Amino acid sequence: MSAKEYRTASAARGGLLTVANVPNIAFGDRVHIRDKQGNTRNGQVIRSSNEEVLVQVFEGTAELDLESTWVRFLDEPVEIALSPEILGRVFSGLGEPRDFRPPIVSNLRRSISAAAFNPAARTYPKEFIQTGISTIDGLNSLVRGQKLPIFSASGLPHNRLAAQIVRQAKLPDDDSRFSVVFAAMGVSYADARFFQEEFASSGVLGNVVMFVNMADDPPVERLTLPRMALTAAEYLAFDLDRHVLVVMTDMTHYAEALREVATAKGDVPARKGYPGYLYSDLAEIYERSGRIKDRHGSITLVPVLSMPSDDITHPIPDLTGYITEGQIVLSRELHNQGIYPPVHISPSLSRLMKDGIGKDFTREDHPHVSNQLYALYARALETRNLASIIGADELSARDRRYLEFADAFEGRFVQQGEDEDRSIEETLNLAWDLLSSFPPQALTRVNETEIAKYHRQSG
Amino acid sequence: MKQEDKKGTIQDINGPIVTIKLPGVQNGEQVRIGSLGLYGEVISLEGEEALAQIYESTEMVRPGEPAEGLGHPLSVELGPGLIGGIFDGVQRPLEEMFLKAGDQIPRGLSPLPLDREKLWHFVPTENLEPNMPIIGGARLGVVQETETVEHRIIVPPNIEGELIELAPEGDYNLEETIGQVRDRHGKVHHLKLYHRWPVRKPRPYQSRDNGVEPLITGQRILDTFFPLLKGSKCAVPGPFGAGKTVVQHQVARWANADIVIYVGCGERGNELVDVLDSFPKLKDPYTGRPLMDRTLLIANTSNMPVVAREASIYVGITIAEYYRDQGYDVVMLADSTSRWAEALREVSGRLGQMPVEEGYPAYLASRLAAFYERAGRVETMDCGKGSVTLIGAVSPPGGDFSEPVTSHTKEIIQTFWALSKELADARHYPAIDWVDSFSADVGTAAEWWHENIDRGWEKRRAQALGMLARDAELSRIVNLVGPEALSSAQRWVLEGAALIKEGVLQQSALDPVDTFSSPEKQFMLLNLILSVYDEGATLIELGIPVQELAEMPVLARLRRCKELYDSSQIDQLKTFRDEALNDFKEIHSEYAQRGEQTA
Repeated sequence: MSAKEYRTASAARGGLLTVANVPNIAFGDRVHIRDKQGNTRNGQVIRSSNEEVLVQVFEGTAELDLESTWVRFLDEPVEIALSPEILGRVFSGLGEPRDFRPPIVSNLRRSISAAAFNPAARTYPKEFIQTGISTIDGLNSLVRGQKLPIFSASGLPHNRLAAQIVRQAKLPDDDSRFSVVFAAMGVSYADARFFQEEFASSGVLGNVVMFVNMADDPPVERLTLPRMALTAAEYLAFDLDRHVLVVMTDMTHYAEALREVATAKGDVPARKGYPGYLYSDLAEIYERSGRIKDRHGSITLVPVLSMPSDDITHPIPDLTGYITEGQIVLSRELHNQGIYPPVHISPSLSRLMKDGIGKDFTREDHPHVSNQLYALYARALETRNLASIIGADELSARDRRYLEFADAFEGRFVQQGEDEDRSIEETLNLAWDLLSSFPPQALTRVNETEIAKYHRQSG
Repeated sequence: MKQEDKKGTIQDINGPIVTIKLPGVQNGEQVRIGSLGLYGEVISLEGEEALAQIYESTEMVRPGEPAEGLGHPLSVELGPGLIGGIFDGVQRPLEEMFLKAGDQIPRGLSPLPLDREKLWHFVPTENLEPNMPIIGGARLGVVQETETVEHRIIVPPNIEGELIELAPEGDYNLEETIGQVRDRHGKVHHLKLYHRWPVRKPRPYQSRDNGVEPLITGQRILDTFFPLLKGSKCAVPGPFGAGKTVVQHQVARWANADIVIYVGCGERGNELVDVLDSFPKLKDPYTGRPLMDRTLLIANTSNMPVVAREASIYVGITIAEYYRDQGYDVVMLADSTSRWAEALREVSGRLGQMPVEEGYPAYLASRLAAFYERAGRVETMDCGKGSVTLIGAVSPPGGDFSEPVTSHTKEIIQTFWALSKELADARHYPAIDWVDSFSADVGTAAEWWHENIDRGWEKRRAQALGMLARDAELSRIVNLVGPEALSSAQRWVLEGAALIKEGVLQQSALDPVDTFSSPEKQFMLLNLILSVYDEGATLIELGIPVQELAEMPVLARLRRCKELYDSSQIDQLKTFRDEALNDFKEIHSEYAQRGEQTA
């Protein structure tokens, strides 16, 4: 660490501080800034030349003056101290304790901007995780090492759903060690508290590492927070062989912080003012999930994001969907009907489902049942539209059956209790209950053997 | 200028864009910077200063550190050992990096793309004697690269002259000289089993040729409805979740190409792992050999440095051209060109260039066009035929096809496989929209189908598309006033269109039988469904109620034919067709009798 302090600040604008005449400063270097009052702020070098260095100040440059600001370059990247002690702790976006306990003391420190995983080092995620939620297990199955976001919107119960996943997620017949890394960016006190109480009441608190940045904390810290959290997750997964479930909320606040900083730097905006590199930046975060050859642990990532104005084409959900392996989309319409969890299955998808389900994993009929439910529900929604125009009485008997199916599907399959933990068998049997309201020849996505075995009329 | 003269220092670091003071460096030249020796490429010059884009993260690099020019532009190594491999965006071998350096990709490491130790059995071309004149692209001999691919060793396209020496049959490694050529300036070139070629310079050929035969992908909606010729170019746009990747993987699996190059450009790491895992286990339907024996992967996943992403598609296309020059039909899949365009945008933004549309630089359209133009069927330098078919995925933000990358791409390509969110949401896969998609090559494809499969192909295809269009029109009416407003004949059209959608268009990539349909099976299915429709239409004219037909059990079976009969069971399909049509004939005669009785 360099002891030398510079007093050559030449400009302060938003979260950016320019320091003149400091030679050979490393790009990405961590910076301490001491202001007139003697308080220390944190920063990072985001551009470096011999003439001047641009520093991003996490706490902002308010109340700094150029004369009495001392800048010290630490000659190290932003790092996190790691040891098994991190479990059960709460940290800020910069890795400082937030729980009034002493900082982690460890020789092991890692830069939070890890190099990309070599695709040749990855193994394909295949192990089905049972969440006990029918719309996820049955139709959008989650597998170990997957990144599956929840697309939500303001006022929808995404936090409750995320908490239920944390509580219930397990591998059938497996009791290996698991941990949760919880990353909260720009959340309200109510939300942070909700999760803390959830973890405490379900008894997992000792296995959780929390990184918290509140809505009134400096937004720039939201940029380092997910990287801190994932570096901790990588340590737990690949050093300590744990299966780590990372829940991140709310990625929209992350992206907004990125936009704020990008605008201050004068980056060229692409869509809705977000910088062109939003995709790459999000990918750096999301792609840190997965499984690695010859390692026992895994990182499963469930980011939560709110779609601004319920718009799924907004850059944040849009770019996320291009990177993640599917998405669980919540619907305001279902929520307003009192259905929990209000999972809108049509736009929901799990890309890794195909290899984690079926014979040897869940049950042989699973892939076809899922497909059949999707197809019937799509047709049923069309019929519902038609009925709203011409009236249900005008429908043919065949169409009325679809209408009834839609209601039963939403009311019995989608709807479940917050503490209701359905096994995959239960979910699939429930699906056959619903499918059996159709004659076998109307079910073209399941095969004849499956119909013979599970269809209530043929059995 | 000698290499060691080009030493300089770093002036400024702005993310992946680094200013270096390096007199004498050329635009486009490769550089190594900093104490780690990170690789990059000069993109502009001003006085003694050069701007370089760096392929790796520049974290903790500082001004004052050294920089050096390497004296050549970004080039790839072309020779045996490429097939079956996985390389990053600047052709570093990822398997080897994993063994050497572990799970994460370290910076500054640059193992050679091709194995120098491995011995290859070289068989020289017959009748090739010393003192003969020889041209660039001429075949010196062959080595068996994989069991499927015979690698033809060719003279680099920029060398010609007199062949002085050619090695006899035997085992050679890549660094051994297998031939010597004296050019017209008297300079002797030592030829090896591999050569290097700059990626941004298209490899030369004799002349362009027209496409003559369709690429068979085994996917019914592609081959039958929107055919793509070998040597043609195609775009696959679609919002996330519409199934771009599955379509690309299916083409990579089942296309009747000699070589498949899959470029994962800014996409998911796990998707490449899927290919790496599954391809060695899958069999090429044409040769019966593992698919990996004809496939090579270029991987720049979305979290890898963005500048290498920009390079990755050029690395891919240059390797594709190299195999084309050997006389092969090559398919290159780029997933996704939008990520490449975004990399372009990011670099141009860092350079402070004026953005035109959505932040993209003004040269986006010309770069895209120049890239797609590297596809084509050509007469190679040594008068053979080879082709590069280019299939680029496009990821339009918000699924909006009017955005710059999609709209510029659309102007260049010949075949457009548009994926639709609505179809995907209904789990109609592949979710290729038959209204938005097009192919400019139907005429040429028809000649092939008529000659090799059935003369009725073009007519049946047109009939099916016509019914789908009628279906869309009638569905609108149904949505306004209900199905009762339609006549029996119109409702039979709806049934027929549903049969086409379920029995032909929908195809499961996961079903072991349905995943691949031979052209014979494709036509059989289409013909079968349309024959049933035609029979039904005749009956309806006779006054038979549409419900009676719609509930015939044979229709349910018709929808399943695709997964009940594989491509070798054409005869069984024919038997089924005869039975199905017979059912209709029986109804016909029944009605005819009834008609006589009442008369």
